[in-house]
Amino acid sequence: MDWGQLWTIASAPDNVPIVALLFLVPFFTWLGFRQARANDRLAETLEGDTALAKTHHRKTWPWKPHWTKEVHVWPFLLRVEFLATIIVTVLLFVWSITLNAPLEEPSNPNLTMNPSKAPWYFLGLQEMLVYFDPWIAGVVMPTLIIIGLMAFPYVDSNPLGVGYYTWKQRKVAVSAFCWGFLMWIALIFIGTFIRGPGWVWFWPGTTWDHNAAVYEVNRDLPVLFGIKTQPWQAVFGLVVVGAFYVIAGLVIHLVITWSKFEKKIFERTTMLQYLVFQFFAISILLSMPVKLLIRQVFRIKYVLLTPWFNI
Amino acid sequence: MESDKPAKTESKATGSELEVVGSGFKANIKDELDLLKKKSSKENIREELENLKDPTRTQIYKSIFRVKHEPTPRSRSLGVLTNVFLHLHPAKINRDATRFSYTWGMGGITFYLFIVLTFTGILLMFYYHPTKGQAYRDILYLESDVPFGKLLRNMHRWAAHLMVITTWLHMFRVVLTGSYKTPREFNWCVGVLLLVLTLLLSFTGYLLPDDQLGFWAVTVGTNMARGTPGLGHEGPFGPQLGMTPYNDVRFALLGGSIVDANALLRSYIWHCIAIPVIASVLMAIHFWRVRKDGGISGPAPITLTSEMKSPGARAVKQSVK
Repeated sequence: MDWGQLWTIASAPDNVPIVALLFLVPFFTWLGFRQARANDRLAETLEGDTALAKTHHRKTWPWKPHWTKEVHVWPFLLRVEFLATIIVTVLLFVWSITLNAPLEEPSNPNLTMNPSKAPWYFLGLQEMLVYFDPWIAGVVMPTLIIIGLMAFPYVDSNPLGVGYYTWKQRKVAVSAFCWGFLMWIALIFIGTFIRGPGWVWFWPGTTWDHNAAVYEVNRDLPVLFGIKTQPWQAVFGLVVVGAFYVIAGLVIHLVITWSKFEKKIFERTTMLQYLVFQFFAISILLSMPVKLLIRQVFRIKYVLLTPWFNI
Repeated sequence: MESDKPAKTESKATGSELEVVGSGFKANIKDELDLLKKKSSKENIREELENLKDPTRTQIYKSIFRVKHEPTPRSRSLGVLTNVFLHLHPAKINRDATRFSYTWGMGGITFYLFIVLTFTGILLMFYYHPTKGQAYRDILYLESDVPFGKLLRNMHRWAAHLMVITTWLHMFRVVLTGSYKTPREFNWCVGVLLLVLTLLLSFTGYLLPDDQLGFWAVTVGTNMARGTPGLGHEGPFGPQLGMTPYNDVRFALLGGSIVDANALLRSYIWHCIAIPVIASVLMAIHFWRVRKDGGISGPAPITLTSEMKSPGARAVKQSVK
């Protein structure tokens, strides 16, 4: 175990946000899901007690009949905001006094940094470069992620869960987003803590070896099946990708219609909403981990080979 | 001020007396001196000072703030509604909406960080030339010679990192509370664009010190643009559509085929002017829509699964009153 190497990475001032994320994301996930569980429990109680459901104020926080429903922004909200700005300002001052922003040598096109890493928030895309060609990892995937995020509210046909934390009423939407968010953070984590010189995979705690040469023979799926000429490689690849979309689509369909409640939500979904959700769920949420797995486990580089592009 | 009133009426009275007497220039001066004497009398000055003790009663205060701040509902509402910085707020909010555990405060903190970044960024611009050779020296100068220069640069960088995190967490909260649902879908889209702009702001700032870190990060980043389908010279169908390193989308981003002086200038303009302006416009829309779409989404009373209306009904109405 090379703790020195791990400390060098973890203590780099520019990596502070990633270390912070490792604590912040679990904390806020816990904070959100704790309230979701409380709300779900309340919903369960009220479902079983119609009389109570009619009179209950339907929040897990205390409530007394003589309390007003609303409070004045001045001072009740403004004091919270004021406090928040003070805390953030103090935090920034402490952070800025204790840690210096990195400054390397002057830029030099003749001296390549190794490893040369993107800013931490784009490390997910850089890590994706291992599994996809630049046109997918750098252009198509980010575009799909942005459009997919923007489409999110339009494909979610579930009318429940507006304005309160819940898990039971919105399992599909919440888990779809959390899965994507988790993957994004995980790729950033890999890019920061695991990728070393030459973008070689070094497990946390192993020493970065600048001379490490990896004799990794990457193979293409069509070649593994003995198909070595075009256009058969392209045809084979299209069939495999098509089969992936069909199977993944079936799996996703089973998952989102698992329970009686989910089926009810599915009934409300229009065909267009359903297809758009399927497309983004397969193309972003599933293709990424699948490509990662077949690369890391089976050393397969391309699935679809054409004269113009490979996937 | 109120203390002026008796003095004024007095001067009028003496004025009319003067006319009766009909005396000339000398009497006039004597009259003015009398007035000044009266104004500088101990009682008068004491009264004026007494009035200054309560700043809210001064004309200056009233001209700035327009309303008194008293713990009355009317005064509290007006305090928010008649203040340009606070008027984005409603006068009253849901009593649970001030709970940190519900909102996490991340949207507001993100906006505050944008203000911090604008402030420190403007100060940094006083010391920075976006030219090759000078840019790096400016950073060294900033770090060693400019008073608080190092603190300024550190704060700009860490606030930028923090802003990326708070934006993500804000988005996470909005998903967990279903706050993107009708009628807030469009505002969610504006938010997604703001997220992208936040990342781009941070990324364009990365190159500006013109050091190895920024140079190679931007090189790696913009090299991906080579692969843009149809628009990059290494992308699918790019070469077939006539793309070369000298006319593709990467060339447009960098202002050249390599990361050099033009790329530095371009990222400087994007970073300091173009993106902040676009982001400000989108922020205005974002905040305005929060209000127009009914304020922040909750914390709302929970809806039961059994209360869900049959398909076709647009939304579930709250049965609780």
